Amino acid sequence: MEEVRLMKGNEAIAEAAIRCGCDGYFGYPITPQSEIMETMMAIAPWNTTGMVVLQAESELASINMVFGAAGCGKRAMTSSSSPGVSLMQEGISDLACAELPCVLVNVMRGGPGIGTIQASQADYYQSVKGGGHGDYKMIVLAPASVQEMADHTVLAFDLAFQYRIPTMILTDGIIGQMMEKAILPPFRPRLTNDEIREKYPWATLGKTADRAPNYILTLELYSEDMEIINLRLQANYKRIQEAEVRYEEFSCEDADYLIIAFGTSARISQKVVELAREEGIKVGLLRPITLFPFPTNEIKAYASQVKAMLTVELNAGQMVDDVRLAVNGQVPVEHYGRLGGIIPTPDEVLEAMKRLIVNK
Amino acid sequence: MAKVKGAIVVNTERCKGCNLCVVACPAKVLSLSPDSNLKGYNFSYMSNADSCVGCAACAYVCPDACITVYKVKNKTE
Amino acid sequence: MTLNDIIDPKNLVYAKTKVMNDTPMHYCPGCSHSVVHKLIAEVIEELDIQDKTIGIAPVGCAVFGYKYIDIDWQQAAHGRAPSLATAVKRLLPDRYVFTYQGDGDLAAIGTAETIHTCNRGENIAIFFINNGIYGMTGGQMAPTTLNGMKSTTSPSGRTVPLSGHPLDMTKLLAQLDGTCYVTRQSVHNIANIRKTKKAIKKALENSMLDKGTSVVEIVSTCSAGWNMTPADSNNWMEQNMIPAYPLGDMKDI
Ligand code: SF4
Ligand code: SF4
Repeated sequence: MEEVRLMKGNEAIAEAAIRCGCDGYFGYPITPQSEIMETMMAIAPWNTTGMVVLQAESELASINMVFGAAGCGKRAMTSSSSPGVSLMQEGISDLACAELPCVLVNVMRGGPGIGTIQASQADYYQSVKGGGHGDYKMIVLAPASVQEMADHTVLAFDLAFQYRIPTMILTDGIIGQMMEKAILPPFRPRLTNDEIREKYPWATLGKTADRAPNYILTLELYSEDMEIINLRLQANYKRIQEAEVRYEEFSCEDADYLIIAFGTSARISQKVVELAREEGIKVGLLRPITLFPFPTNEIKAYASQVKAMLTVELNAGQMVDDVRLAVNGQVPVEHYGRLGGIIPTPDEVLEAMKRLIVNK
Repeated sequence: MAKVKGAIVVNTERCKGCNLCVVACPAKVLSLSPDSNLKGYNFSYMSNADSCVGCAACAYVCPDACITVYKVKNKTE
Repeated sequence: MTLNDIIDPKNLVYAKTKVMNDTPMHYCPGCSHSVVHKLIAEVIEELDIQDKTIGIAPVGCAVFGYKYIDIDWQQAAHGRAPSLATAVKRLLPDRYVFTYQGDGDLAAIGTAETIHTCNRGENIAIFFINNGIYGMTGGQMAPTTLNGMKSTTSPSGRTVPLSGHPLDMTKLLAQLDGTCYVTRQSVHNIANIRKTKKAIKKALENSMLDKGTSVVEIVSTCSAGWNMTPADSNNWMEQNMIPAYPLGDMKDI
């Protein structure tokens, strides 16, 4: 039976994680995402599903707890906000190298530095380009509603385990804090150790007599072998790029101009599309749901339909680079954004769109 | 009268010639060989096999677990 | 009686444990790491817990520990082994979980993780190799390097004004309510090797008794880093390290 609730985005993540069989959450408080751990602590899932919820001493500790849990084939997650995610980068690189599935949530706030606690999308580069050292990627999901916060939590675990890759939910303080109606996912039991042994033979659950020891490693001193690891990772990213692109389109069929925006910016941009069309300007919106894999081909296809593209981002222009790469100079691509936690109004964005139309 | 007789077998390829077994042996049974193994280490061997009592001191201290120890209680001939 | 009569399986008194495989260890000749690896493997065999033990290797010389002891292993980022172990043990409470860490890993970069893991009283065993030096990176100063002791980053000897005091982490950990067994041992002679083995066994057994964290520090040598023969290293350690890091149980409840 469907369970519909009015709740905050952060709460939806917590609820969905418990319901989809998460084994362990390890986190450290930071605004604007602390409700995720608070909600879990209030629900106390260790009494019901047996899930472990632990407040760690730092983001360094939490990401490495995720590593330990994921190495055992367990469904592990952490959440944080921008400065905390910066602290986690070494751990994320390690998780990527060891090909460990896990779910990371970044409820972005404005930087750089300790910055502001207001919403931002300035961690796009960090999330999709591999914020830590080495060549690696994560799957990055960008929810735009409380419903998607819940849905993406389930999806993130599924994709993480399907591809053995850290998967990030990249959201911001607005979606984390706002309340909307959400249908909660159905309960899914946690896997038993025997089921994990069967499904994930690499997991370190204890070396039984029937197999060699399992190792979860991130060190390889021989360059030839390290290259092999890298090539395996790259092949995985290619598979993901081919199979897992997700996006949504609004009024794109007849569009002369295209806005590309994710998360909170996409919500604002939807309004911009309406305002523009009231004035007779045919604007469409393409909302990437996966930031890696990025809808490169889909955006490229629009380059022969529209006259110009505008990315709307709560940053100084990051995703715009990927749109430009996709379009490869075929049409002008500009960026509009506000910084430091300021949210642009739809009118402001519409003005930017009009400037682009005049100048193109 | 019972006399304890011991003997050891050194895994000469595993041995790193660290000399700790030589120092640890209470009966001065061991020495490092003038010959070396494939890695270039002068491995340990029983230069005075008759004195070995099979106490396993050498094996306990051997960092690399190279030494297997045998011991018999034997009536004097 | 010939040697061949004695060398017979029925007369066997000591052989390498099967939990330790035949891969030659990468450690330098005479290294304390090797002795401790051997003891851990022997204890795992004696307790018959090979299928229930998960080791967490550090960054440092022991990063390759997984190659020699045939159990499941995870290898942690520098200093974070206790965090990995925390999660593994919480999610697999019926497994024996231990970390194996050097002084740089446990007492420098991983200080926070070590202290908080012990303070939470995680039911794990921590094996702490203290040789007063960074072995793997080529002999730099460690937090436990003695005053006056030379290293590549304290070429004239460590001084307090420049580098502060040697850190006695184990003493600190004994103060925490979360630890149940904190001991300092060494492996430089047979008597101490036997004591260390007992301590390792006790620490692993404790991890199933819901008593809290067990910490076994092993004051160790690094003959390559110290620039001495293994036997001289053992003597030097006895004369210099052990007075600064006295052996014995600091806590046993
Ligand atoms: S068993 Fe004892 S007596 Fe024999 S070689 Fe070893 S230490 Fe010496
Ligand atoms: S202690 Fe072991 S490694 Fe060292 S010399 Fe003796 S047998 Fe060889």
